[in-house]
Amino acid sequence: MLNLKTQKLMLKTFPKGGIHPAENKITSSNDIKRMSIPKVVYVPVSQHIGIPSEIIVDRKDKVEIGQIIAKSSGFVSSNIHSPVAGTVTKLDKIIDSSGYKKQCIVIRTDPKNESNFKIPEFPLVKEITLSQKDILQHIIDHGIVGLGGATFPSHVKLDMKHDKHVDCLLINGVECEPYLTADHRLMLEKADEIIIGIQILMQALHIEKAVIGIENNKKDAIEVLKKATLVDDRIKVAALKVKYPQGSEKQLIKAILKREVPKGGLPMDVGVIVHNVGTIFAIYQAVQHNQPLIERVVTVTGKTVESASNFWVKIGTPIKDLIEEVGGLPEGTRKIVNGGPMMGKAIKNTDVPITKGTSGILVISEEEASRQEAKNCIRCGQCVFVCPMGLEPHLLMNLTEKGLYERAGNEDIMTCIECGSCSYVCPSHRPLLDYIRFGKSIVKNLNTTKN
Amino acid sequence: MADPIIISASPHIHSNKTSKKLMYDVLYALIPAFLVSIYVFGISALILTSVAVISCILFEFLIQKFLLKTEITITDGSALITGILLAFNLPSNLPIWMIIVGSLIAIGVAKLSFGGLGYNIFNPALVGRVFLLVSFPVQMTSWPTAVVNNTTIVDAVTGATPLGIIKEGLMYGETMTTLSSKFPSTMELFLGITGGSVGEMSALALLLGGVFLIARKVITWHIPITMLVTMAVFTGIFWLVNPEQYADPLIHILSGGAILGAFYMATDLVTSPMTKKGMIIFAIGIGIITVVIRLFGAYPEGVSFAILIMNAFVPLINTYFKPRRFGNKIKSKIM
Amino acid sequence: MADSILYSALLLSSIGIVAAVILYIVSKKFYVFENPLITKVEDILPAANCGGCGSPGCRAFAEKLVDSEDISDLFCPVGGNDVMKLVAELLGKEVAEKDPTVAVMRCQGSCDVRPKTTEYQGPRSCAISSLVYGGETDCQYGCLGDGDCVNVCKFDAMYMDEETGLPVIITDKCTSCGACVEACPRNIIEMRPKNKRDLKIFVGCMNEDKGGIAKKACDVACIGCSKCADICPKDAITMHDNLAYIDPVLCTLCRKCVEVCPTHSIIETNFPPKKVKKLKEEKPKEVIVPVIKINVESENPKIDA
Repeated sequence: MLNLKTQKLMLKTFPKGGIHPAENKITSSNDIKRMSIPKVVYVPVSQHIGIPSEIIVDRKDKVEIGQIIAKSSGFVSSNIHSPVAGTVTKLDKIIDSSGYKKQCIVIRTDPKNESNFKIPEFPLVKEITLSQKDILQHIIDHGIVGLGGATFPSHVKLDMKHDKHVDCLLINGVECEPYLTADHRLMLEKADEIIIGIQILMQALHIEKAVIGIENNKKDAIEVLKKATLVDDRIKVAALKVKYPQGSEKQLIKAILKREVPKGGLPMDVGVIVHNVGTIFAIYQAVQHNQPLIERVVTVTGKTVESASNFWVKIGTPIKDLIEEVGGLPEGTRKIVNGGPMMGKAIKNTDVPITKGTSGILVISEEEASRQEAKNCIRCGQCVFVCPMGLEPHLLMNLTEKGLYERAGNEDIMTCIECGSCSYVCPSHRPLLDYIRFGKSIVKNLNTTKN
Repeated sequence: MADPIIISASPHIHSNKTSKKLMYDVLYALIPAFLVSIYVFGISALILTSVAVISCILFEFLIQKFLLKTEITITDGSALITGILLAFNLPSNLPIWMIIVGSLIAIGVAKLSFGGLGYNIFNPALVGRVFLLVSFPVQMTSWPTAVVNNTTIVDAVTGATPLGIIKEGLMYGETMTTLSSKFPSTMELFLGITGGSVGEMSALALLLGGVFLIARKVITWHIPITMLVTMAVFTGIFWLVNPEQYADPLIHILSGGAILGAFYMATDLVTSPMTKKGMIIFAIGIGIITVVIRLFGAYPEGVSFAILIMNAFVPLINTYFKPRRFGNKIKSKIM
Repeated sequence: MADSILYSALLLSSIGIVAAVILYIVSKKFYVFENPLITKVEDILPAANCGGCGSPGCRAFAEKLVDSEDISDLFCPVGGNDVMKLVAELLGKEVAEKDPTVAVMRCQGSCDVRPKTTEYQGPRSCAISSLVYGGETDCQYGCLGDGDCVNVCKFDAMYMDEETGLPVIITDKCTSCGACVEACPRNIIEMRPKNKRDLKIFVGCMNEDKGGIAKKACDVACIGCSKCADICPKDAITMHDNLAYIDPVLCTLCRKCVEVCPTHSIIETNFPPKKVKKLKEEKPKEVIVPVIKINVESENPKIDA
């Protein structure tokens, strides 16, 4: 008992702010299922942060599974591969999770092509044979992007400038968003692969230290990974106190290594590189099995969903197919969220396709979907207490509302990580983050025009 | 489709905290003190409190409906709390019309003329109280004797609070030793069997509510604890220097509404700073000003004035005591 | 008693004298020469401080007018040609005459013709809701209806029509300062020449989707059929991204395009009504609503929505 207590006290976390919303991890004990192959896939060309990829197929082209259909068009860009074998039916604009119509490649799955239905099996390959340069090339070629949600092309993080000394690789297995369990399940089921993925990255980056950060509500995953790391004493597992937003890069680094990324800086500035466990698995697949990133684990969940679970889903699958898979849209659904409840985006209809950044689909029913009416700010300071970045959300909202963008910029509005903790706690239900996000977009424009 | 899908920006979930719930938590926290006041002062405390509450709510309704023509917000509980806190700061035999005037000042002048809940600079209940204190000093400082059948204290307190007795006594050249027989013991102060305003009676009941508020995370410990500690330290220094001329810290803390002020008035969400650093500065300020007023000023008590004075500094405190920005330290190191 | 009155009077007057001396010295010492023309020009300008000229206010614009050699590029949209002529006379410089312009709303997607398919919850501001998604309707190009343009208008020249959910521009009050054009995140509002008697023809749609999708989202959407472009005798209509655009310079206001448009998405304003048989219906409308869309509504009756 005492041991357990001291253990709890020892758990690391970031010092300032944070909240603990109801976890609702309904799907954490369900195995990842394989989703049936969709009839049509809609593959958006901008699934990552940066420049949209360039389409290199045309209407009526036949494509093979894993074939490149859109090419990286710059350094911060990524290749996109066909998730199925079939025919390109059109190049159209489809509403994606941003709420706007974006360029998509529509591919009709060929029901006769066997490669679509064969469930691939990949035996564990332990030996890392490729050189550092080849590893990087594999990651670029296979279109690996950060699967944690930000979808930053992974090779950008790995392409190290020599002036920065990186000594630690952090693996983000925190999954602090309520409801989502995709990373959790992946860690349980693919622990060995993840360890090899970490070794690949360590070799590519010449790093001798790696830490996997996992929140303490995933005790089984901590156990499994601790066992798996026995083979390599350079890799450690850190159990973290459950606190949102610990999955944010900066908070995670602070929690595990006590290093603080400077304002406007990158993790590299403090000698750290952070990757999500999903990304690590994708890197393993790309380097050891030559598999492009064409599918990912997606949690489909919600309190009213009939059979919520995690699925291996092909990129480009419309969300309605996934919802079909879990027993259809429950009655009284008022909101569908692409991602977790804290940072995900509400989507307009279920035609929106799954992209590389989709970690979950959350179905919210009537009672929870509606926002309450915003009241006067009672200056209780809750938003200030919970802000993990040490900002004053109430002030930033006020400044933005009044159009004082320059002052908002001086109050560090740009360092906001949009975690939504402030809006979550506000007892007056003020749309703090809505305004801050708007202020950020204006300040960003001001800054770019100034330079 | 009857109900279209809702789109809103993230986050899509919300904690179940609402400002209404916060207000009602404060209300629950005040119940023990209220019960004690009824026990001590009898029906007059009940009448006083209900008059203050009803007139506060009524004035808020009337002003919002006919003067400002805005949305009516009497259900949010803030007027209710202003009424109770105002009542708690008044002597129980105050004429009813004065209570009503106090409520009008509290709601009309201190709260709604600034823009309503959240925009007021000063604590409305205290503004009402101080207005009455300055306007009707005689009625506001003639405290009724406790009606409890505890004869030992009825003799001791006739029309003045312990602090009043000390102030007056010292003025006429008495010393603490001779005065000590004239006011209640520390234990009696703690339990609340003494003279004074309706709600400032029982330190025990007020502490109970205060602990409840901290446990419910309506307030943090920063303001009340810092304020009381500051008062204790400051009065303690004087007491150690000259115990015959200055009352001991415990008397100061347990009397004169210090605990009521520390847990319920100074912590008022709207009129207190928003950062923890700021809260500590704010509370130290209140503590020092209170003691200065009590020891060197004309009034025997000073909590209300101290809180109002520090209320005026809150915007300044908010501007200068900001939370530490993540990643700022490192930047300054490089520079 | 008399002493104290005397002392206070003496004290106050001596403070007054000292302060006056200090002020005099300071005003002489720190005097900044300023071209007196600037104040004169500023007096001519409309003092609306709207920023429509590109300067932050009328004073700044006056400075710019006095300081620049060539002021033919500068124009005060609020004062128009009359004010600019006066300025030119005063400064002895040349000004270019410009056609007066007026703001027009290039969206007719009222609630009847463009059904809402989702419900937005959040701050009612176009700029903020446009960050979240493409709007409550299926048209991501049209008016969001939260009235950012109305809020920025300093001349009360715009108001939200409760019934249609769209802003309405009161042409007589519009000074074409351009604040609404900038405020609109969708670029729906355009400055177009006022012409004679405020006659205007323009496409009241911004939808770049293909015809079928556009029509499904909004009954009065431009479906990109090019009929107007084909019929236009002056080649003033260009098609781009499934959307027609009428060049205000080339357009001769012949109104041929208005008739051929199958979705009635081309708007004409203030033309005398053509069809006599509909005259009776329109008349009451003309009397009640003194806005630009009077004839729009009558000439393009909302199709069977």
